[in-house]
Amino acid sequence: MSDYDVGPDEVEHIAELARVELDEAERTLFAEQFGDILSYFETLDEVPETEREPELTNVMRPDEQRECLSQEEALQNAPETEDGQFKGPRVS
Amino acid sequence: MSHNGYITEEAIAGEDGPLAGKTVAVKDNISTEGVRTTCGSAMLEEYVPPYDATVVDNLLDAGATIPGKTNMDEFGMGTTTETSAFGPVENPAAPGHVPGGSSGGSAAVVAAGDADLALGTDTGGSVRCPAAFCGVVGIKPTYGLVSRYGLIAYANSLEQIGPIAPSVEEAAELLEVIAGPDERDATTHDARDHGTDYEYAPAADGDVDGLEIGVPTELLDGAEDTVVEQFWAAIEELEAQGASYHEVSLPSLEHAVEAYYVIAMSEASSNLARFDGVRYGKSGGYDGNWNDSFAKSREEGFGEEVKRRVLLGTYALSAGYQDKYYKKAQDARAWVQQDFDEAFEDADVLASPTMPITPFEMGESLDDPLKMYLADANTTPVNLANLPAISVPVGDDSELPVGLQIVGPSFGEKQIIRAGSALA
Repeated sequence: MSDYDVGPDEVEHIAELARVELDEAERTLFAEQFGDILSYFETLDEVPETEREPELTNVMRPDEQRECLSQEEALQNAPETEDGQFKGPRVS
Repeated sequence: MSHNGYITEEAIAGEDGPLAGKTVAVKDNISTEGVRTTCGSAMLEEYVPPYDATVVDNLLDAGATIPGKTNMDEFGMGTTTETSAFGPVENPAAPGHVPGGSSGGSAAVVAAGDADLALGTDTGGSVRCPAAFCGVVGIKPTYGLVSRYGLIAYANSLEQIGPIAPSVEEAAELLEVIAGPDERDATTHDARDHGTDYEYAPAADGDVDGLEIGVPTELLDGAEDTVVEQFWAAIEELEAQGASYHEVSLPSLEHAVEAYYVIAMSEASSNLARFDGVRYGKSGGYDGNWNDSFAKSREEGFGEEVKRRVLLGTYALSAGYQDKYYKKAQDARAWVQQDFDEAFEDADVLASPTMPITPFEMGESLDDPLKMYLADANTTPVNLANLPAISVPVGDDSELPVGLQIVGPSFGEKQIIRAGSALA
């Protein structure tokens, strides 16, 4: 059905960029499905270049100290903390 | 019979106000202080927010009781509520079928009478689809009408929190409570700066005399016969009450689904980068190279659909493909907005079937992601154009509910509420 070729190696490369490890079965499945999905996305080629009106404007507020989460609250969901800080994986 | 509509049943009692005595279930991607908020993901199975979303503050201030947090497709990514790490939800209105998604739990608990009202979130149809499939009412507000502060983001430029209720009037009452500008969400607008106000419930007066309805032909083309028949029966019902309709063509809508998915997946790949198992979320306890450790935690914490979208979004944004996918999708988005603007020159509201299909059987679409994506053909254009829309139950099939979608111009919530209230 698809003429769009995404092999398991390319899926693996994207997964590395996205920081998601995949097992063998997922690599194969995604390689199969991505071909179909991406060839469907290809139909965007038919869309004419369209002028876009900028809808976003900067919204500023005074740079003043305000109430915010306490250090304890900010850390409460961290799997590991040390001395009031987040603790990342140990680099061996 | 449990439909698995809740992930966490833990009541939060409000103060006193217009919603006193009412229960309002809240989708589990909306932060509740002290009550875990999982986004339907194993990644956040134990995440307990240290603060309330603005809409949750609004509900509690209005006197509502929150009976629990509702089940959903993982991070809102799905049209069936089957991608939840906490198991699928069954449609109480159509046993054996999906409730739609991603706010399937919210629609199911309202349809089953387990909650009076509910909040869902709508990124590409996630309030309207489950409302249609479960035979209840759902509103996707104009982008910026409701604060997203405390909503765990999937695709920021598209999503809005919206009400789900048994009737249009009750949905409008709930919208009144949650709508309004918020200094904590810089994308919110004050409706009063856009020629209207927040008196939504009085607009549910059912008066459609003189209403001009545009029917985009592209949104009927791919629909099942039974859906199309019930759609026209509803239009006739509106005609009988004084409305008239004309057909209109919006050619850009043919490209809305692919534009939507490219944009949503791209935003998702960026938003979900924060789940690394260090500040919050599932940590596998791995050591060594940080990128490898994070990749392993994310392999364990994310389900298949989330991985699929994060990867496709990463691909669409990667060097060499940005112009081909992301930039073209932004062109399509602008084109859809222009088409809608033109259509509203000759119509007060636009109408279509909410979903081109009746509810899938459970398990039916799980192996075919593209099939699931295409089911969003009628709802995604509205998010791309930042417009308000309502889904109201119509038709005579009590086994497989069908919804009518009414789309309004920007900040035209009253128009869609008024039109919808003539039917439900």
